[in-house]
Amino acid sequence: MNEKIKVHQEDVTSNLGWQHLKEQVTVKDGVARVDAGGMHYRDLNALTKALNEDGIRKVEIINVHGQRYLGTGLHGGIEIDVYGTPGNDLGAFMHQTTVNVYGNAQDGCGNTMDDGRIIVHGHTGDIVGYSMRGGSIFIRDDAGYRVGIHMKEYQEKRPVIVVGGTAQDFLGEYMAGGVLVVLGLTLENGAKHTARFVGTGMHSGKIYVRGKIDNLSKDVEALELSEDDRKLLGSLVKEFCGYFGFEADRIMEHEFSKLVPVSKRPYEKLYVR
Amino acid sequence: MKTYLEPEYTVERDDDRCIRCKVCVNQCTFDTHYYDQEDDKVYSKNENCVNCHRCVAFCPTQAITIRRNPNAYTTNDNWTQEAIRDIKRQAEVGGVLLTGMGCDKPNYSYWDRLLLNASQVTNPSIDPLREPMELRTFLGSKADRLEFELESRDMVLTTKLAPQVCVEAPILFSALSYGAISFNVHEALARASTEFGTLFNTGEGGLDSRLYGYGSHTIVQVASGRFGVHPDYLDVGAAVEIKIGQGAKPGIGGHLPGEKVGPEVSRTRMIPIGTDALSPAPQHDIYSIEDLRQLIYALKEATDYTKPVSVKIAAVHNSAAIASGIARAGADIIAIDGVKGGTGAAPKVSRDNVGIPIELALASVDQRLREEGIRNRVSIIAAGGIRSSADVVKAIALGADAVYIATAAVVAMGCTVCQRCYTGKCPWGIATTDPWISKRLNPDIATRRLVNLLQAWSAEIKEMMGGMGVNAIESLRGNRLHLRGVGLTDTELKILGVKMAGE
Repeated sequence: MNEKIKVHQEDVTSNLGWQHLKEQVTVKDGVARVDAGGMHYRDLNALTKALNEDGIRKVEIINVHGQRYLGTGLHGGIEIDVYGTPGNDLGAFMHQTTVNVYGNAQDGCGNTMDDGRIIVHGHTGDIVGYSMRGGSIFIRDDAGYRVGIHMKEYQEKRPVIVVGGTAQDFLGEYMAGGVLVVLGLTLENGAKHTARFVGTGMHSGKIYVRGKIDNLSKDVEALELSEDDRKLLGSLVKEFCGYFGFEADRIMEHEFSKLVPVSKRPYEKLYVR
Repeated sequence: MKTYLEPEYTVERDDDRCIRCKVCVNQCTFDTHYYDQEDDKVYSKNENCVNCHRCVAFCPTQAITIRRNPNAYTTNDNWTQEAIRDIKRQAEVGGVLLTGMGCDKPNYSYWDRLLLNASQVTNPSIDPLREPMELRTFLGSKADRLEFELESRDMVLTTKLAPQVCVEAPILFSALSYGAISFNVHEALARASTEFGTLFNTGEGGLDSRLYGYGSHTIVQVASGRFGVHPDYLDVGAAVEIKIGQGAKPGIGGHLPGEKVGPEVSRTRMIPIGTDALSPAPQHDIYSIEDLRQLIYALKEATDYTKPVSVKIAAVHNSAAIASGIARAGADIIAIDGVKGGTGAAPKVSRDNVGIPIELALASVDQRLREEGIRNRVSIIAAGGIRSSADVVKAIALGADAVYIATAAVVAMGCTVCQRCYTGKCPWGIATTDPWISKRLNPDIATRRLVNLLQAWSAEIKEMMGGMGVNAIESLRGNRLHLRGVGLTDTELKILGVKMAGE
């Protein structure tokens, strides 16, 4: 490890010791490479934070085996490549950081994420982008339950999730803003998305779905795409294809539907005031 | 549909005293009073009155008296006036009845059946006016043991201590979210906390950036809606609290109605103007103790392990086992909110029927954590229906490290507990975001009233401690020998861990 990197021993909890951890890092041409094999997430994240603090712009983490919270608590301006299988809450509360995952992400990917980008070359688990407030998540394959739950937008902060494959039940639950795209690329020709309770409690934002989707909740309606929708969707699909090497035009040829909330106030009439 | 509901209150105006100044007309936000120019008289629409006493307090000639409507249905202890009225309202409108503040039903208070001890002859009482009394309290996880090393005649602590927050008295302001209450209330709470040396809790609506300067006296809350939760918000607080539940409505979420989401609340919660702010019932990343641990550590990672993480739960049937899980999940503080805990809006049926009294939950949680040898790992904050300094002392003796107060705080600022917080029209300028009504609460005066309350309670706590012969709040914590029960069953005494008075 570069001796100039000022990482302090008190940041480390591992009984492997700080010296051992330092030996897992090599820095070459401003890119740090960390071997995360057998490393506790606290140590791995402490190392990443220290590298971030010292101005390293790119970190490659190899042998990732379920370490949680990768990308959390960084000051930003850093890109992390994750090789292996990261643990839950990848990029939780994340701020101005880019994470590329070469593997599958687990549950809580992008939890309450503030800003930045997560690109997953594989699948993700449940509650992708829970209460996400900004930034974007691109998933090449399928995602689990409750994708985009309670993501919200405010003025220029508009979170985006693009799922290349399909997603499970409660897609866009309580959604309070942002854009959710489901491309269905993993579905067999003509197969429907099987998600149920789509958009339950949704009260803001929009969902674009490529291919057939039934089982919409009563809180959303399906509309045709407008010119503006096509423009926005087109740029997101283009970005998606840029990461994963699909053909944007072929994806856009297919029919899309746009799901929007019926009301900004789905429970307005529930109470006696 | 013609309403069958009769006015709940009647307004009586002494015409000899009334000087037609129209203060009542202007002060009532429910349009109860109106002035008739032709008659040169002020009249009242009784059906609008909520008994908030704003007009009574501001009438310069004491001309107004509010009475409960003497027209009562036939007396029936089963079919009470309240039961009949509630059914009639629901039959007319359909829908869930909302209410505000804590449960108003009798029988859920154990504070009044607990009595404190005092020294007589066998050990001397202490005079707090002349002798030092320690109320300062540190909240956070305490180490299992402390290790020292001798370095050239100096003992140096080698155990790494968990982060703590310090309060000058074991009284903190409980969560009141911006949106449910006005900015001025948040400002007064922040300033009073800073001046006195305690903490206020943002509630789940985020923190207006104008108040970031008070961050070292702020607990920032993270709830299911994650409103206003971002890196700056987590950075600015002295501690972070995960809200799982609330005593007034355990197990259910909340909806801040769109009409309360104006430009400022919208900015702080970071949602579009006019949308309902929905707080889902569960946090969808927490379905188990293991998941809770995951969020606790996500927050610790996000704040570099520099702040205590609190977990707030409503007092429910298995609180002791749940609290044990929370302690083991890595929380530094557990806040428990009992059935009497207040709210800005809750379904009445939930407020009055769900959860258990804080006294029983607190005693059983403290006992359980002691039995398991993990009581030091967490601080306990008791909440829900603390009305006086005596309640504080009793809570500490039952095992709390500190208490949360919110209803008492808003009462100090003017609230009369009329229970209409959910309307957003609070005539005292507290539970509202209406800019015009909010102006009624002057943050300078409200700050002074809050600090006065904390100082008064602190002085009273010192008096009670001195009487017991205790000079540090630390010595009272969980010291149930200083409590005796009256009018309690054997089971109640057993759960509370106190003896019967006379024993």
